[in-house]
Amino acid sequence: MSAVTSSALRPLLSPALMATLKGLGILAAIALAIVLLVHSGAMPKGSIGHKVLAAPFIDMWDLPDLLVQTLWEGLVAGVLYALIALGFVLIFKASGVFNFAQGIMVVFSALTLVGSYEIMTQRMGLPPGTVVAILALMIAIATMFVLAWLVERIVLRPLVNQNEIIMLMATVGLTYFLIGFGEYIFGGNPKVMITAQLGLPVGQTQFNILGGRVNIQHLDVAAAVIASIMIAGLAFFFQYTRIGRALRAVADSHKAALSVGISLNQIWVIVWFTAGVVALVTGIMWGARSDVSFALEIIALKALPVLILGGFTSVPGAIVGGLIIGIGEKMGEGYWGPLFGGGIETWLAYVIALGFLLFRPQGLFGEKIIERI
Amino acid sequence: MMFKKLALSATVAASVLTAGFAAQAQDAINFVHNTYRTGAFSGSGIPVGDGTRDYFTMLNNRDGGIGGVKINFEECETAYDTRRSVECYEQGKAKNTVLYVPWSTGATLAAIPRAHIDKIPIFSMGYGLSASAVGDVFPWVFNMPITYWDGANAFIQHVAQQEGGFDKLKGKTIGLLHLDAPFGKEPIPILEALAKQHGFNLKLYPVAPAEMQNQSSVWLTIRRDRTDWVYNQGWGAMNPTAVREAARGGFPVNRLVGVWWAGGDDDARPAGDAGKGYRALNWHQTGANFPVIQDIIKHVVDRGQSLSAKEKVGENLYNRGVYQAIIIAEAIKNAQAITGKKVINGEDMRRGLEALNMTEAKWAAAGAPAFASPFRVTCSDHNSQSAVYVMEWDGKAWKRLSADIQPQKEQVRPLLEEAAKAFATSNAGWPARTEACQNNS
Repeated sequence: MSAVTSSALRPLLSPALMATLKGLGILAAIALAIVLLVHSGAMPKGSIGHKVLAAPFIDMWDLPDLLVQTLWEGLVAGVLYALIALGFVLIFKASGVFNFAQGIMVVFSALTLVGSYEIMTQRMGLPPGTVVAILALMIAIATMFVLAWLVERIVLRPLVNQNEIIMLMATVGLTYFLIGFGEYIFGGNPKVMITAQLGLPVGQTQFNILGGRVNIQHLDVAAAVIASIMIAGLAFFFQYTRIGRALRAVADSHKAALSVGISLNQIWVIVWFTAGVVALVTGIMWGARSDVSFALEIIALKALPVLILGGFTSVPGAIVGGLIIGIGEKMGEGYWGPLFGGGIETWLAYVIALGFLLFRPQGLFGEKIIERI
Repeated sequence: MMFKKLALSATVAASVLTAGFAAQAQDAINFVHNTYRTGAFSGSGIPVGDGTRDYFTMLNNRDGGIGGVKINFEECETAYDTRRSVECYEQGKAKNTVLYVPWSTGATLAAIPRAHIDKIPIFSMGYGLSASAVGDVFPWVFNMPITYWDGANAFIQHVAQQEGGFDKLKGKTIGLLHLDAPFGKEPIPILEALAKQHGFNLKLYPVAPAEMQNQSSVWLTIRRDRTDWVYNQGWGAMNPTAVREAARGGFPVNRLVGVWWAGGDDDARPAGDAGKGYRALNWHQTGANFPVIQDIIKHVVDRGQSLSAKEKVGENLYNRGVYQAIIIAEAIKNAQAITGKKVINGEDMRRGLEALNMTEAKWAAAGAPAFASPFRVTCSDHNSQSAVYVMEWDGKAWKRLSADIQPQKEQVRPLLEEAAKAFATSNAGWPARTEACQNNS
């Protein structure tokens, strides 16, 4: 009877599910072994083994509210990392260019938003509030469109069919131009994001649960929701619309796309503009958590491990990669960071990504490219 | 032919420029000043740079300079990058600057081994290598009015006052939230010594420069450690983020105390109401109600010669820049008086700095009565370990919270001397002091 059941079930379990179950089984066995070692006294408190393998999990068990808080912070950070990575993925898919300027586009778009608001309220005398904030938002979006158009005209068009490294260097040049231009126009002073004026929620709700407290920032909820909607919208746009299909065609082959009448120039403007809007949303969310300054550019580096993990060409990869990196680094810093003296999350993100690459060199969702010699 | 023309033009241009600079150098005192108006730390660098720049512009406009000689003040942009700071040092050297002001602990450390060779004194005001307070070992480096070690000591004194005595510190957890850079790590040795002495647990919370605006993990760790007090040794974008994250994580902001560099108005203001209660150390007053600030407004700001917005004149870090400029101007006056020269050089400036005695009367004469504590530099003490006070952000401005806190010199000075000795020993060939001691005027 049991043999019949087993053979009947076998087709239901895909190889991937089988591998997952196998992995979970191994993890459970390791966990059991650790518990036995701790209880038997073979792994005494204070030993390296205990500090690495047992103490962090005991902390999680003892302070479940902090665990929930850590997971939540990781989730929010992960969604925002995914958003940054998405900006890179969009441009890489369309033009095969690693857009080094994505980080400064985050700063530039956010500065345009806050700077326009300041000019309208402080120099032009318009009343501060939501109407002016929306107007500033529209100006920022329009600016990102103009930037996309200029980039296509001045940077990309003359470099069609050039080596990828030349395109990369062009985006490096664009980065330095935007830094200088942004500082010239807006100054180097940090600015406060117009969070409330944009209608974004502020404040927090505290949940007294699990014997402690979990603080949920309203802005973080909004960030997660907006980023999720945006990611879903973009995924739909590129998967099911005509422009989206054209974009994928361009990503596959510039020459083939041109031969069937797809306008490369138009697609590039659309993609750079979309990446600009993604940068603007990222800038608003990160800016609201701290302030809007050129230091935000560094945040874009967070996209690199996400891209390594998720693959440079995959929208779902950016999302899943962002979440894994976000949650992984917060958990790592929180529970294992003290073992290294803290401050490990910057490199931990790369370790996580490289760990995944050992098993999937093309990234989680990247395209497997086989080139024969 | 074309090349010949170009070469000729370049030669003529170079000759004109050189002649111009030489003429300028003859009747002016050159001072190349590091600033960072760009980059991740510009939020802190801009107001400090504005304060210093405006003060010297005011002296040139109002008094025709110092001792009848214009101050040829020039900024060199570093973006808080040590590599660029070294380039600025070289630029300053080429332009015969009388003083090098690094505005970065990393840049200070890079310049210290060269100062005595190039005869350019270094003034790292309240930052840099704490041990450089020992003038016997570092005759070319000045870091008055206080070192990071004294600051950390004063912070622990403040905590003890708030907790009801040093004996109440036993068992408490005190954290150092610091930029993971030489500047941020400076107070660690003294805090370790104090933790041992008073029995509190010291926790270190480094923040990598790349994570300055992404501190949620650090604050979760602080929550898990149930840290009672946090000392913030932050700079630039790290500070406003720290204040916000503290509030987000439910950490009482009145138990978050910043070093004097973490006390900018723009460090506390972005947090809005959540920033109320944030504390920081300070050694001078804030606000524009001082004759010197009013003179700056009259002679510089109102003439459209300042880079600062008028409403920012008098903010804490702006006044920090003015404070620095007043000290430098006094040292130039000293050097002129000692040498009898109007146009001084780096060696003269070193003597002027070593002869500094900023009495109450001198502060008042500079248009800054009761602006800061008096202090005196001596040949062996290039710092003075002056008092600080704790201020608190009320949502709109900084308000003084505590009386003056005098660092425990008897505890800190031996540690500074020990560290200075260790520096000289570990840097083979470090020269013994040969510079004559300048009597204080």
